[in-house]
Amino acid sequence: MSTAAIVLQARDISRAFPGVQALAGAGLTLRAGEVHALMGQNGAGKSTLIKVLTGVYAPDAGSIELLGQPIAPKSPLHAQQLGISAVHQESHLLPNLSVAENICAGRYPRLPWTRGGGIDWRATHKRAKDLLAGLGLDIDVDQLAGGLPAALQQLAAVARAVAGDARVLILDEPTSSLDAGEVRALFELIRRLRDQGVAILFVTHFLDQVYEICDRITVLRNGRLVGEYACAKLDAHGLVGAMVGRELAGATQPATQTPTGDAAPAVLSASNLSRRGQLKPLDFTIRAGETLGLAGLLGSGRTELARLLFALDARDSGDIEIDGKKAQLAQPADALRLGLGFCPEDRKHSGIVADLSVRENIALALQARMGLRKFLTLAQQRELAEKLVAALGIKTPGIEAPIGQLSGGNQQKAIIARWLATHPRVLILDEPTRGIDVAAKQELMNEIRELASGGTAVLFISSEIEEVVRVSDRILVLRDRAKAGELPRGADEDAVYSLIASA
Amino acid sequence: MKRLTRHAAFWPLATLVLLVLLNAVFNPAFLTLTWRDGHLYGPLVDILNRAAPLMVVALGMTLVIAVRGLDISVGAVVAIAAVVAALLTGGAFSAGGEVSSEYPLWVALGTALLAAAACGLWNGLLVVKAGMQPIVATLILMVAGRGIAQLLTGGQIITVYYPPFFAIGSGFFLGLPIALWIAAGLWAVLYLVLSRTALGLFIRAIGGNPEAARVAGVRAAPITLCVYTFCGLAAGIAGLIISSNVKSADANNAGQLLELDAILAVTLGGTALGGGRFSLGGSIIGALIIQTLTTTIYSLGFPPEVNLVVKALLVFAVMLLQSAEFRALFTRRASAHAGARE
Repeated sequence: MSTAAIVLQARDISRAFPGVQALAGAGLTLRAGEVHALMGQNGAGKSTLIKVLTGVYAPDAGSIELLGQPIAPKSPLHAQQLGISAVHQESHLLPNLSVAENICAGRYPRLPWTRGGGIDWRATHKRAKDLLAGLGLDIDVDQLAGGLPAALQQLAAVARAVAGDARVLILDEPTSSLDAGEVRALFELIRRLRDQGVAILFVTHFLDQVYEICDRITVLRNGRLVGEYACAKLDAHGLVGAMVGRELAGATQPATQTPTGDAAPAVLSASNLSRRGQLKPLDFTIRAGETLGLAGLLGSGRTELARLLFALDARDSGDIEIDGKKAQLAQPADALRLGLGFCPEDRKHSGIVADLSVRENIALALQARMGLRKFLTLAQQRELAEKLVAALGIKTPGIEAPIGQLSGGNQQKAIIARWLATHPRVLILDEPTRGIDVAAKQELMNEIRELASGGTAVLFISSEIEEVVRVSDRILVLRDRAKAGELPRGADEDAVYSLIASA
Repeated sequence: MKRLTRHAAFWPLATLVLLVLLNAVFNPAFLTLTWRDGHLYGPLVDILNRAAPLMVVALGMTLVIAVRGLDISVGAVVAIAAVVAALLTGGAFSAGGEVSSEYPLWVALGTALLAAAACGLWNGLLVVKAGMQPIVATLILMVAGRGIAQLLTGGQIITVYYPPFFAIGSGFFLGLPIALWIAAGLWAVLYLVLSRTALGLFIRAIGGNPEAARVAGVRAAPITLCVYTFCGLAAGIAGLIISSNVKSADANNAGQLLELDAILAVTLGGTALGGGRFSLGGSIIGALIIQTLTTTIYSLGFPPEVNLVVKALLVFAVMLLQSAEFRALFTRRASAHAGARE
């Protein structure tokens, strides 16, 4: 395999953004007729590297060579002209144009000027048809792209990407919204393109897919190149280890253990909980006073699980029982009424109301539960806010300061305070420690432990496995949008990694 | 100074003061206030009085825009409320020269306001339950509402002869126009509702960050319904003031294009049309700016045929003055100059 011709080589690529060094010496080598996986945790620099290759960003340092010639893509269009095409997670076909029009968009065949010089629709149709037929795809080119199922749109998008004789095809998480059958169809297309000599870069979070289709793996961590490995020589454990930056102690850990002797009653139990393309059917229980950690790589379904639980997204199947009674959960307001609380991952977008004061932000959920008619007086709100600000040590110029002026960690604490005010039975914390400094992080972790000791059940989600291990009584490990297993208290990080890697 | 210019109400207020000064320069009598027959008179009082309906409508519009909606039917709702009130009040001369009303005045006014609130509720239902785009949903009533008003009047202008009805639009209380008291009262009530009640907290939360409000368990549907209903009610109140002021109801012309003036007032007041941060006081100032503009055009003595063009130019100038981007062009240039000199 190593004899295959090198098509694209990127070396020592660096790129900084204000406050972040996204890439610091990343590199990549793609060979003709190979499928190459680009792996790394969230923030490893995968997207930035792709954007450098496709001309979205110019690198601060480093070189890119295509077939031995140095290149500097200036825009995605320029990259395409050079022969580097990309297909992103959501296909970008224009829904109101036909498949043929989409495939030829930007390079429509023209009629000779003697016949008006307009677009040659017949040639457009034929070119699209031939292209799809050549790729073994059976798609009606005259149909509107918007009318195709998502999976066929994805395939058509790949076809469009290679229509301009692409030498390098970048597939950025193309499978994340496809089901198993659709993935198979996509892989068939990928293999066909590979056999035609296209160098393919495949980005995914699904380990099993990497091993199914890829020949080599490049791992990035913190913007740096960790290494390039042949798939055959690096197993899932080694891969996860390379991604997170530590050696794993073999696969000797028990895959699944049920905690024993835990007598506390279940506060919440879910069975068969699922949503198409986001979470495969899954069961779990949370007991009173317990911190259940939710671990898994990015894209493993952690946040999706939390959103289903809090009725932010509709579930396709599954029953949720609270205190043994089947819960009617149709919207977040129902979850609130039933004693659930949810601190979302994206604090700015779905947590704080930046213009409102700390007091109002803290009172919001409790007031929402009380409804419109009974309302907290100003004095009650003040008392509540003062109490929680003191209890959680929220640093603010005062409870009347707009919450947007607080630091990230203090905003996060205020959102937790919002939920504590409702005395939740179950509190879901999705990445509560993201983007806050180390000291604030420690304080938050202590708060979480304290919460649980007060009888509140906590569902703790974090991409930092070490944190999950530290605060959790039990750990639910997710892999590829399904449950990989459960670990009891005392399980160490290696055990979590083993479960994640046990594809 | 910088803090002052950063305050949300600074630029609207500065604009208003500038317009008033412009008037005062051309017409020295502009700032005079006289006390006659226990009433306060003067061009400034006139402006406040005439701006009252627009202020009331703009208050309702502010809330709708704050929750990321829009209501372009307020002009038609003004007409409906005016027509209903005029029809039910009516009035006929009795033998002794006394005038009596068709129905008791409170019934007439109450029915008119109820009809207006129902119009608002209808808009709200279309937006919340039918999921229509606010501009499309309220476009329906904008067209149909005026039609309904015309049906009710049979295409005639309804004249009201019952004097107590006139108090709303031209009466005085404690020396100031009653219409102004109504606008001020509504503002005060809204201010309290927004800052002290659950409804107010929810409106501001949804306006500030709809997704965060949803995650916090706030249900947007009932709040949105309330807001649209209130906007209809406010338009109804404006309709009463307008018809009372002219002692008649004209289904064709009452509140004509008021929706655009209201949206303009809200925008001038510093509320973004995309929702989010909003200012009731700003909208009041915006309404005053618009009325002052109109007065300015008349007092500067432009011939009527250029009125619209002059108004457009003034609005254009005011909007430029209020645009942070436009002002930045100058501050950037100024600071560049300062930098060059150093």
